[in-house]
Amino acid sequence: MSSFLLQKKSKRGGKKVEERVLEEKFQIVDNYLVVKVPEELDHHQAAYVRQYADKYLLDESIEHIVFDFEHTKFMDSSGIGMIVGRYKKVSSFGGKILIANAGERIRKILFLSGLSDMIEWID
Amino acid sequence: MKKEMKLEFDALPENEGFARVTVAAFLTSLNPTLEEVEDVKTAVSEAVTNCIIHGYGFGYEPVMDQDKEPEGEEKPVPKVYITCAIENDTVSIEIKDKGIGIENIKQAMEPLFTTKPELERSGMGFAFMEAFMDKLFVESNPGKGTTVRMEKKCGHSFRKADEE
Ligand SMILES: Nc1ncnc2c1ncn2[C@@H]1O[C@H](COP(=O)(O)OP(=O)(O)OP(=O)(O)O)[C@@H](O)[C@H]1O
Ligand SMILES: [Mg+2]
Repeated sequence: MSSFLLQKKSKRGGKKVEERVLEEKFQIVDNYLVVKVPEELDHHQAAYVRQYADKYLLDESIEHIVFDFEHTKFMDSSGIGMIVGRYKKVSSFGGKILIANAGERIRKILFLSGLSDMIEWID
Repeated sequence: MKKEMKLEFDALPENEGFARVTVAAFLTSLNPTLEEVEDVKTAVSEAVTNCIIHGYGFGYEPVMDQDKEPEGEEKPVPKVYITCAIENDTVSIEIKDKGIGIENIKQAMEPLFTTKPELERSGMGFAFMEAFMDKLFVESNPGKGTTVRMEKKCGHSFRKADEE
């Protein structure tokens, strides 16, 4: 997961790296977009996920989004805003948001924000 | 004995991470639980993000355009100011900006209230600060800036006393 952060830090380092790394973080499986959420989903990182998720949502025939929190240790309200924003996009076409591998901390934040009604859990 | 720490840094989103990590490191001497550390990090992240997005109006330009070098003269970047103190088993954290300020603090603190829905803000920032810290005070002067003060009891001695 640190490659995502490294990539962010060297953002002036050229496009090629970015595309390659992003393919690892964003996968399309059938009509699902699977997003490997970065280690720290804050304001800065949420902007990246939002932008690329939306790019893939336009390009492909994706219906649902899976956010895989396996490697995520930190999330704040920026992450909540990003998830709710994607929910609004996919749900208008009957799509779902699925949350995978969320640890206790991430679950707590999602529950506190009242997101538990919008999402499905996969473990 | 009281310990203090001050931080002053550019109000840029990429500094949010180091701000919360620095405060978390300062906390170490209280021997906090992992959960307490996470609580403080989240609260600091919320307050600092608010200074940057709302206080100084730095939302987010599309990420893909950030590769471009900024054109023209560079404006000085405004600052975020953090002061932390540890006294006995309590940490107090003050996070301040000199930005636009808040007109109606009571309304701003209501869960789900946001003035920036177009930036996909959820209005949960103050709610998280309240949930994760023991005390929260907000002071603001429109046009002058905003100061958030938070306190939390942390650490081993506190846990022990609680269990007895
Ligand atoms: N430092 C600040 N300067 C100016 N206005 C602020 C500041 N902090 C908060 N506000 C105001 O208070 C409102 C609520 O803040 P809060 O952090 O609860 O939600 P948000 O930032 O809008 O959304 P979220 O935190 O969920 O991303 C903001 O929308 C903004 O209008
Ligand atoms: Mg906020």
